Amino acid sequence: MDTPGNPEINGASAEEPSMMIRLDGFEGPLDLLLHLIRREELDIWNIPIAHITEQYLAYLQMMKDLNINLAGEWILMAATLIFIKSRMLLPPDPAQETGGDEQPDDPRRELVYQLLEHQKFKNAAQMLYTREEVENAVWNSPPPEVIEDGKEVIAITLFDLLKAFREVVQRYESQAPMELSQEEVSIDQMLAEMRRLLIVHEKLQFSSFFARARSKRHLIVAFLALLELVRLREIWLFQEKVFGEIQISRCQSGDNE
Amino acid sequence: MEIEELKPVLEAIIYAADDPVRPEQLKEIFPDESYDKIETALRKMAEEFNARPGGMWIREIAGGFRMTTRPEHHEHVRAYLKTKPAAKLSMAALETLAVIAYKQPVTLAEILAIRGKKSSTALHTLLEKKLVVIVGRKAVVGRPILYGTSKEFLIHFGLKDLSELPTLEEFSQMAGEI
Repeated sequence: MDTPGNPEINGASAEEPSMMIRLDGFEGPLDLLLHLIRREELDIWNIPIAHITEQYLAYLQMMKDLNINLAGEWILMAATLIFIKSRMLLPPDPAQETGGDEQPDDPRRELVYQLLEHQKFKNAAQMLYTREEVENAVWNSPPPEVIEDGKEVIAITLFDLLKAFREVVQRYESQAPMELSQEEVSIDQMLAEMRRLLIVHEKLQFSSFFARARSKRHLIVAFLALLELVRLREIWLFQEKVFGEIQISRCQSGDNE
Repeated sequence: MEIEELKPVLEAIIYAADDPVRPEQLKEIFPDESYDKIETALRKMAEEFNARPGGMWIREIAGGFRMTTRPEHHEHVRAYLKTKPAAKLSMAALETLAVIAYKQPVTLAEILAIRGKKSSTALHTLLEKKLVVIVGRKAVVGRPILYGTSKEFLIHFGLKDLSELPTLEEFSQMAGEI
């Protein structure tokens, strides 16, 4: 944690409330990395990966100390940095050196491209911000609420109003019975019912089985029960022809399909 | 109708319209006039209108023409209307929107890869504000939803069309300077 020559972090990890405010600026790990690169005036094409990893981890530790909940992407970036750092320590893979004069793959390259890409879109976002500001300073004519032809808007008769109201009432009434049928059906009950039905009937139609459901919940439970029975291999589902009606049938003992 | 006769009519329509007025909409009103003539009249009218030092101007937005106040008068107009500036989009939303605008059609996973950060909340805001719309599904495993910008987006940011956005290369030059 103690990074010599880095007073900002040392000071902050003690207790410096101003750091909290600064952290708000970092939308994500890429923002933090860009900030670190800029602050240290590092060359983005030649990032000292050990140094930046150390700093990055110091920030993460600090955020932890400040009880900031770290989303997964922060940890992922830490892992990526450490991975790159470890690859930098390894000699280049001899298997990859085909011609000999080709530049070996820089393990940092992908991260650099990601950072540059991210910076591009940050700039683009800045441009949108400016444009939005200009558009906010502009008014169209006429604003909708001062449309002069106001009579048109309320040109409905009492009859229209009553008709509309009747529709609302009808809609409400047609919904009411659905609300009442909130009875609980458990999967166990459903399983029992289905087994009972299959004792009586050799074969059941998929749609007729669901036609008995009285609510969405009932439908879902029935479907889950059906899946469960398939899993237990008590029933099997089949079609007699492509796109035909799905049939539910009891499995014969020993029939494993 | 002569172009000179057409111009004041077009100006009146643009003033009264809620949305940017597109030449093809005007063609419906003037079936006897050619599309080219209507477009020429529109452009001439807008050009002449904007040449006078007035408080209004006619701009090309989202493929149509719209009359608005000039932004330089915003302080006085706002003082008169007693309105506050509209709520602006958050930086996260703007960044997500920038990715969608330049990479469309794009999936949530692709946005995540570029931003290096989860973007579903920002995306939700943008969908709610209708700046972003679902444009289809990508033909890959899972058939993820593809997002693109809407006409609202062009209106919100005062853009004639998407080509009016600066190219990403212009931003990469800036990015190289960090």
